[in-house]
Amino acid sequence: MLNDIALGRYFPGNSLLHRLDPRIKIVLLFLFLAIIFLWVNSLVYLALGSMTAALIFTAKIPLRMVATSLKPLWWIILFTFLLHFFGTEGEGIFQLGSLTATWEGLKQGGLITFRLALLIILSALLTFTTDPLALTDAIESLLSPLKRFGVPAHELAMMMTIALRFIPTIIEETDRIIKAQESRGADFTTGNILTRVKNFVPILVPLFIAAFRRADDLATAMEARCYRGGEGRTRLRRLQLGRLDYTACGVSALIVGGIFLLTQWGII
Amino acid sequence: MNIIEISRLTYVYAAAKENTPALNGINLNIGEGEFVAIVGANGSGKSTLARHLNALLLPTEGTCKVMGLDTARPENLWDIRRQVGLVFQNPDNQLVAAIVEDEVAFGPENLGLPPAEIRLRVDKALQAVGLTEQLHFAPHLLSGGQKQRLAIAGALAMEPKCLVLDEATAMLDPQGREEVMQVARDLREQGLTLICITHFMEEAALADRVVVMHQGKIVAQGTPKEILAATDLAKWGLEPPLATEIADRLRRRGLNLPRGICREDELVATLCP
Repeated sequence: MLNDIALGRYFPGNSLLHRLDPRIKIVLLFLFLAIIFLWVNSLVYLALGSMTAALIFTAKIPLRMVATSLKPLWWIILFTFLLHFFGTEGEGIFQLGSLTATWEGLKQGGLITFRLALLIILSALLTFTTDPLALTDAIESLLSPLKRFGVPAHELAMMMTIALRFIPTIIEETDRIIKAQESRGADFTTGNILTRVKNFVPILVPLFIAAFRRADDLATAMEARCYRGGEGRTRLRRLQLGRLDYTACGVSALIVGGIFLLTQWGII
Repeated sequence: MNIIEISRLTYVYAAAKENTPALNGINLNIGEGEFVAIVGANGSGKSTLARHLNALLLPTEGTCKVMGLDTARPENLWDIRRQVGLVFQNPDNQLVAAIVEDEVAFGPENLGLPPAEIRLRVDKALQAVGLTEQLHFAPHLLSGGQKQRLAIAGALAMEPKCLVLDEATAMLDPQGREEVMQVARDLREQGLTLICITHFMEEAALADRVVVMHQGKIVAQGTPKEILAATDLAKWGLEPPLATEIADRLRRRGLNLPRGICREDELVATLCP
């Protein structure tokens, strides 16, 4: 029942994007997200769109998966498009009650929709091409300069690792509890929404109790193995920047610089 | 030399009613390279004792020394935990990392060792428990026996002097139990001090010395022959190993078998010389 929950959507591979240092990927992702927000311009979007398409192609991510990544936000995208389609002043296309669809609205709506899709797909590319553990290491590494301002970088990363470790275990356990309750006649599939929510209480209670017990056991086991926080701790794997990473930064800088100059000179 | 020296150790859980001690005046020395099995019924205090061995619990009274270091002194804490590896009962609740090699690396990482050294230790520990091929697996995909072997590898990577298995086989199927005990025996051959807390008498039969606990006290100790083949295990809520049971019944049927059989291979050797 719960086994179909995909954990992380990592696609193992060996493309440029896969080999890029996860820290660089995160930083560049934020850079491009910022550009998409700052320049609402069809030519900029076209350039970034083709870049994204090239990345998807080289990373061999199935297009079906790219589409799936858009699915959760499908309604928001549609709503935004309709808002612009009917809400922009201009030459009317057709009338729907008191609402007028306009050509300008179509153009604006299309642009915003494309922008949203680009934002989502670019972010999804990060999780598609990065092992969740590498991502955790990268977040710890990127946040560690903020430690002196009290940001618990190591603790956050440790929490993410433990979550990655225990989510499958807890899903298994949930499955088992559901089966146990069903075998005693519990019913999770009929009744109105309120009854169904109420029926989930006998699942949640044992699940929570077990989770707390696990947490207690795990804390003891970690202590027994000399865990004492991030201070003085070393790592088996270390992230190291290579030529590919510097090249990626250089290329991205050129793209950003190019867009900046072209817009400054009024060419696009 | 003694690795563990426990004298007059008493421990009372803070939440205990009427201050009943979980451990009551324990005296126990364990020598280097020894294989000791601690047996006892539920609530006999054997797990509480295990937790004293690497300073997870501190004595209410008396002392517990590991390699001559007093567990009650905070400055000894990390040295003690490095020397005594502890493997717990529940295979799912003691693995920290989302991938096998990271799990083994967890201890050495905590010690602040250089990455190259951690790599060496991880490979060595995984080889010792026979999980080299599962290097990149996620722990939840391993079998119960493999998970416990992984937990042992995690403890071994700290290069401890002494390994404590706290009912490490209790939640495993017979095959997983056999896997874990095989690894434990191999490690023991290599000179590791092994303390095995168990309520399986078949496991205790493999030890050099068996210590019986009952209601927070050590009530008997000796070789497996002396303890397990003795008839009064029942008064401590324990059952003799299957081999002893069978030997006893055969003896009652008139077969002339020597006393003190407590392992399956001994029984087989006696019956089919």
